[in-house]
Amino acid sequence: MFGKLSWSAIPINEPIDMIASGLMILAVLGVLAWVTVKGHWPYLWKEWLTSVDHKRIGVMYVVLALVMLLRGFTDAVMMRIQQSISVGPDSGYLPPEHYNQIFSAHGTIMIFFMAMPFIIGLMNFAVPLQLGIRDVAFPTLNSVSLWLTASGILLTNLSLVIGEFARTGWLAYPPLSELKYSPGVGVDYYLWALQISGVGTLLSGINLATTILKMRAPGMGYMRMPVFCWTSLASNLLIIAAFPVLTATFAMLLLDRYLGMHFFTADGDGNPMMYINLIWVWGHPEVYILILPCFGVFSEVVSTFSGKPLFGYRSMVAATMAICILSFIVWLHHFFTMGAGANVNGFFGVMTMIIAVPTGVKVYNWLFTLYGGRVRFQVPILWSVGFMVTFVIGGMTGVLLAVPPADFVLHNSLFLIAHFHNVIIGGVVFGVLAGYTYWFPKAFGFTLDEGWGKVSFWCWFVGFYLAFMPLYYLGMLGMTRRLQHYDDPSWQPWLIVAAVGVALILAGILALIIQLIVSIRTRDRRRDVTGDPWNGRTLEWSTPSPPPAWNFAILPHVEREDAYWQVKRRTREERVAAAKALVYEAIHMPVNSPTGFITAFFAVVTGFALIWHIWWMVALGLAGALATTLIFAWRDESEFEIPAEAVAQADRTHQDAQWTGAAP
Amino acid sequence: MDGGRAMTAASLHDDAPRAAHGMRTGTSTAGPAPKRIIIAYGFWLFLLSDIVMFSALFATYAVVAKATAGGPTGAELFDPTNVAVETALLLFSSFSCGMMSLAMEARHRTAFHSAAAVTFLLGLGFLVLEMREFAGMIAQGATPQRSAFLSGFFTLVGCHGAHVAVGLLWLVVMVAQVADKGWRTTVLHRLMCFSLFWHALDIIWVALFTIVYLMGGR
Amino acid sequence: MAETDHHAPDGIPHDAVPLDTAPGDSREELLASLKVYIVGLALAILLTATSFWAASTHVLWPPGVPIGLAVLAVAQMGVHLVFFLHITTGPDNTNNVLALAFGVLIVFLVVAGSLWIMANISANMMPLEMMDLHHQH
Repeated sequence: MFGKLSWSAIPINEPIDMIASGLMILAVLGVLAWVTVKGHWPYLWKEWLTSVDHKRIGVMYVVLALVMLLRGFTDAVMMRIQQSISVGPDSGYLPPEHYNQIFSAHGTIMIFFMAMPFIIGLMNFAVPLQLGIRDVAFPTLNSVSLWLTASGILLTNLSLVIGEFARTGWLAYPPLSELKYSPGVGVDYYLWALQISGVGTLLSGINLATTILKMRAPGMGYMRMPVFCWTSLASNLLIIAAFPVLTATFAMLLLDRYLGMHFFTADGDGNPMMYINLIWVWGHPEVYILILPCFGVFSEVVSTFSGKPLFGYRSMVAATMAICILSFIVWLHHFFTMGAGANVNGFFGVMTMIIAVPTGVKVYNWLFTLYGGRVRFQVPILWSVGFMVTFVIGGMTGVLLAVPPADFVLHNSLFLIAHFHNVIIGGVVFGVLAGYTYWFPKAFGFTLDEGWGKVSFWCWFVGFYLAFMPLYYLGMLGMTRRLQHYDDPSWQPWLIVAAVGVALILAGILALIIQLIVSIRTRDRRRDVTGDPWNGRTLEWSTPSPPPAWNFAILPHVEREDAYWQVKRRTREERVAAAKALVYEAIHMPVNSPTGFITAFFAVVTGFALIWHIWWMVALGLAGALATTLIFAWRDESEFEIPAEAVAQADRTHQDAQWTGAAP
Repeated sequence: MDGGRAMTAASLHDDAPRAAHGMRTGTSTAGPAPKRIIIAYGFWLFLLSDIVMFSALFATYAVVAKATAGGPTGAELFDPTNVAVETALLLFSSFSCGMMSLAMEARHRTAFHSAAAVTFLLGLGFLVLEMREFAGMIAQGATPQRSAFLSGFFTLVGCHGAHVAVGLLWLVVMVAQVADKGWRTTVLHRLMCFSLFWHALDIIWVALFTIVYLMGGR
Repeated sequence: MAETDHHAPDGIPHDAVPLDTAPGDSREELLASLKVYIVGLALAILLTATSFWAASTHVLWPPGVPIGLAVLAVAQMGVHLVFFLHITTGPDNTNNVLALAFGVLIVFLVVAGSLWIMANISANMMPLEMMDLHHQH
């Protein structure tokens, strides 16, 4: 009746597990109870859960990402504490099988459920606004993408309470991840959670790429697009090209595990190395999927806060697209040591060094944008400068690892761990936090507190160096990754330093939370009435903060790059004449739809049933998803009308605010 | 206060209304493309992603093609006649799908329904033949569990078959939608996507019969 | 626009200027379109028949057959793209063709790269007889 599921799936005998699950369940119940008591359900359902507005979907993605940052970071703290004490006779407080689950969950959550939703959330929020349009290409599909991502997140967190998570590392290499060596449900949780959220990511990539290629405001030719839109385009093209490979690879591992096939098994002539090859065909573009939009954020921030157009716009675009293609020809550098000959290793090593060139071009462009600018050192630019320093170090250690002989010595050591955290924290995390601070006032109508933002930045920045520089050194001493216990006491001081660094990052995260609370409490003082708190250059700053559902009362006509900046340079007479000439028309906007939420519900049911081999429930879940799709296909009303008067009134109010509103 | 600061969004949309003609450079000057173009393009991107997924399966198949673990090889298992018939069925269904699009453009219901029925039957015939082939192989012990080669074969060919099955289900839904809702814009858009999907499946089949059956059957 | 709106027969709103083509769009008159499909079908049949013949015959030089089959398959995919999916090189089709080119490039990189890597790895594998596996039991 319930497949492999029984009461023994709940880890009652493992105190750490139970405490963690208990806290998580309490937190979830607490939030649910609060929403119920306050009577927020109708609001939540109508305005958020069923919303197809790209801005709200973007915000929800970012909320998911921030919550998962806490979850993934908890894993990091646990690992750092374990490694700082488990030397020699002391075995620490985490048993190996638990430790293995933690590092697997940490990697999986941070990449798939923290970085990806954060990036996709920022792109969702900002891209249509920057393009001067009213929504993405497929608004309801956008909601489906969001909720499928949430389904994956839910399944991953469910594994904490019911059953276990994978112990196989964040990429679940076979043959270890095959049924023979990982008979539990951990790998199944991993695979189904990522399959479901992967579909969401793919759909989101298609949606945003179509939006950018087909839906720009009148006059916005490719060479007038903000750089963030360019990098988003590249990132979404990479999603379209890479995620199907991940889906296929996981599907084959699932077939091995569920139907006894022999793709990657050690017996039956299977080839485990093909899995490693394919997973990195996805895996390398994936890191560029994450970093490219962040490059876009830094470009926007650096240009805005220097009060200058971006230096070398065209070279920035060229570098972005070059990275987009090159990122597909370097994947073997993740497995130089797997046994390829010198020719293959040499080719991929050289390609890896070449891909550093366009990235270097970008760094110079940012530096030259700052050079001679009147730089305002507000929080977003702090993150950007911190990024430039940190990312260059991470990039250089990456080029070092691109040399196959060096990689033979350093691979799978803590040097590698330090390298990729160096680029992912220094690049992606700093990038999304810069974007978060930069676009927060646009999303909510008030700015974030500067003081706590600076505290957070410095804690993160210094914490990062303390936590990861020792790891470079330990890697060169020969300490490998994923060690639950080690014998060499000379490593311990460095690991204690790393733990202190993590404590500092924890302070940075707490500062982020405090910043949010303080900013909400003092929001009346920090309202952004003009819609343009940073003296921005791109179209999103021409809308009110927060923008109306339709973003633009009349689609802007773009004449050059930095579209809003050009408008701001016009004379008062020109503006008055233009305002008089405006003719408002009724706007049609897509209606909200519960399709995404309900589809995701059935996706969770199906995924859970597949993990536990509850076949009737699988059928039920699939039937439910199909029924939801059909009901959606048969609906008659897909849009509603906002009358011209309402649009006109809102737009005139905003114009008045822009005219009279003083800069903060 | 910065001179360029207090500005109005209004001035963003000044100037003469854009001239609709004389703009031959595509959507960049004209603003967002019509909905129909957007939908078709989005679906086109989806199809490309699907083809990339197939490419991963093809690559895996090619890598394990000789990994038979002492079990049967492709040359021993494949029946060229069966494959030829399957190919013909799918090719003609692609053609009748084209006829369906033409009937749709002409808003000719009878022609549409006939073409849809022919497409469905040809597609179903293809699936039946494929299932029969699979069943025959499994009966002689050439199961997907037998070897990496057979895992690759069943997965690659089966994945295409699953796409055909989904296509058939989609076709039924579309016929019902035309019957129920008529030539509504959304229905037309979906039919356009369906025909892209169906033609793309035939393209994948060309790669499939060439690589798996013709090259692998020798 | 509400979904019940009726548009011009090609589904394009009357006011919009068709500057752009969707993949699958044909601009021909109905009869001309029919002709395109028939030509496509004829070419596809011809190419398919040639492929099957080449694979089964013994009159051809065997090592050349796989290359010939690959060429025929690529040609047939081209026929399907042009005659059934109406992908052309016209200026209004640029985006569709670019997306296709990107897709083809990725497919090529994934397949060719994987095969090259895997062949190289297996060529560099230590031969079984040198591994001395029986001593490990």
